Amino acid sequence: MRTIKVDYLARVEGEGALYVRVKKGVVQEVKLKIFEPPRFFEAFLRDRSYSEVPDITARICGICPIAYQMSSVHALEQAFGVTVDGQLRELRRLIYCGEWIESHTLHVYMLHAPDFLGYQDSIEIARDDPELIRRGLRLKKAGNEIVRTVGGREIHPINVRVGGFYRVPSRRELAPLLEELKWARDAAYETCRWVGKLEFPDFEQDYEFVALRHPSEYPFNEGRLVSSSGLDIDICEYPQHFTELHVDYSNALQSVMHSTRSYFTGPLARYNLNYDRLPAICREAAAEAGLEAVCKNPFKSIAVRSVEILFACVEAIRIIESYEPPVRACVDIQTCAGTGHGCTEAPRGILYHRYTTDASGLIRDAVIIPPTSQNQRVIEDDLRHFVSAHLDLGQEELTWKCEQAVRNYDPCISCATHFLKLQLERE
Amino acid sequence: MTRLLITLGNAYRGDDGLGPAVAESIRHRLPKDVTLIEHNGDCSKLLQLWAGAREVVLVDALVSGSPPGTLLRIDPFDCGLPRFRSSSTHALGISEAIRLAGELRMLPDSLVVYGVEAASFDLGKGLSPAVASALELLAERVLREFRGV
Repeated sequence: MRTIKVDYLARVEGEGALYVRVKKGVVQEVKLKIFEPPRFFEAFLRDRSYSEVPDITARICGICPIAYQMSSVHALEQAFGVTVDGQLRELRRLIYCGEWIESHTLHVYMLHAPDFLGYQDSIEIARDDPELIRRGLRLKKAGNEIVRTVGGREIHPINVRVGGFYRVPSRRELAPLLEELKWARDAAYETCRWVGKLEFPDFEQDYEFVALRHPSEYPFNEGRLVSSSGLDIDICEYPQHFTELHVDYSNALQSVMHSTRSYFTGPLARYNLNYDRLPAICREAAAEAGLEAVCKNPFKSIAVRSVEILFACVEAIRIIESYEPPVRACVDIQTCAGTGHGCTEAPRGILYHRYTTDASGLIRDAVIIPPTSQNQRVIEDDLRHFVSAHLDLGQEELTWKCEQAVRNYDPCISCATHFLKLQLERE
Repeated sequence: MTRLLITLGNAYRGDDGLGPAVAESIRHRLPKDVTLIEHNGDCSKLLQLWAGAREVVLVDALVSGSPPGTLLRIDPFDCGLPRFRSSSTHALGISEAIRLAGELRMLPDSLVVYGVEAASFDLGKGLSPAVASALELLAERVLREFRGV
């Protein structure tokens, strides 16, 4: 029996453990253990006003608060029968662009790049290639600036509300973002070229990809939920197709599709199901990044994230250039008893919210299903298949590759409830 | 803006509230040419905050293994910075941010870190007795640092 133990898996968010047991050359057991205690957000939303929900749920994550705000406002607007369109909808896409840029850039440059370049962390990269890390930091800042300008502050922004915003920016306030975003667009394109030179493990799997799909846009806030095997449903039908299960070794519920099937959400799923919705410049950059129209190698998620950074820059520039401040920052809300579903594309994948309200708009029931908890099973599947195919690797390299396989998903275990100790036993 | 006092920490996490408490205590006593910045969150932001600054003093709660309440002064140029692990894995900690700034040649001319060994980072407001009792001494030391004493 061989045993590999890593006390703390770096460069993922949160705390947990990974356990892999191999007996006579066969992987017997894989467990992604999330032992961070549950955070009870769904419970303490009960009996709070609908108006508090975007600000409370934003606190679930410091990296993707916009995703929580967007899924919650869409769910509540559906419950109240309200549609937000025009420039308010554009501003929502704009602030989401900011979050994708900052979150993806953090992962590409600071968390995932060291795996491919053979460094322990991005600080070691900075010693040998300071310009690369400078570019990453500046790119991330461009995303932060969007969130700050539209959302009021960089982390846990305070300007999003059900029905729109508390205050909308003027054209003059958005204008300074443009010049930096044009630099960011070029830097994102360069990022795609750079990832195109990296080497990836040969590892393709037959995944069930799940993502939003919109009639004309690369998805942020809206669309039907589709999958690679043909699922095509309204968001309201989510509970009929996806189930949360408790496993005894994890404090985060795992999600399955159609009772048993693991599924893959996040950049690869969005890209594969929405390649035709990407602007030409992004498809061109994808080719430079070494991607085809479909990518089934999760190690190449760094390339897909890079393409999505470029997309977010291009989209943000488009929105700002055509922006006309709406007359009103928010549409009127008439509360009523009802249930609403919201699903938006967080950087890590689909984030589903469901709220039931009473007539006065108090929350009676809340369900929040973050992308990382949805990806837990597919991460376990990847580890099972990767370890099975690479038992010839030495302990140290196999351990590193297992950690990298987890990082492919940019898991946010704080969101799912935190991460990671690796324990690999070989009998 | 060439001299900065940057306090770090979250007032709602026990002794992590050291930074905010020092800011509150020292705000009106700082020399006029010193700007106070209160920061909470990702320390990679420090590289932006101190861009162009000549002299920077950082204040944060520390976990070094010393007895709680111990006052520490660390000059990263002089003795290097211990590799305190970041409490988050999605954000850089103070020591990682300083190391990164060093590699990128983005450090101010002078940088000193003042800290007090924490007892607890539990949820809720309020410093532990050990850290609270070191607060005024820490404020004095920071003021002396700026006075060049």
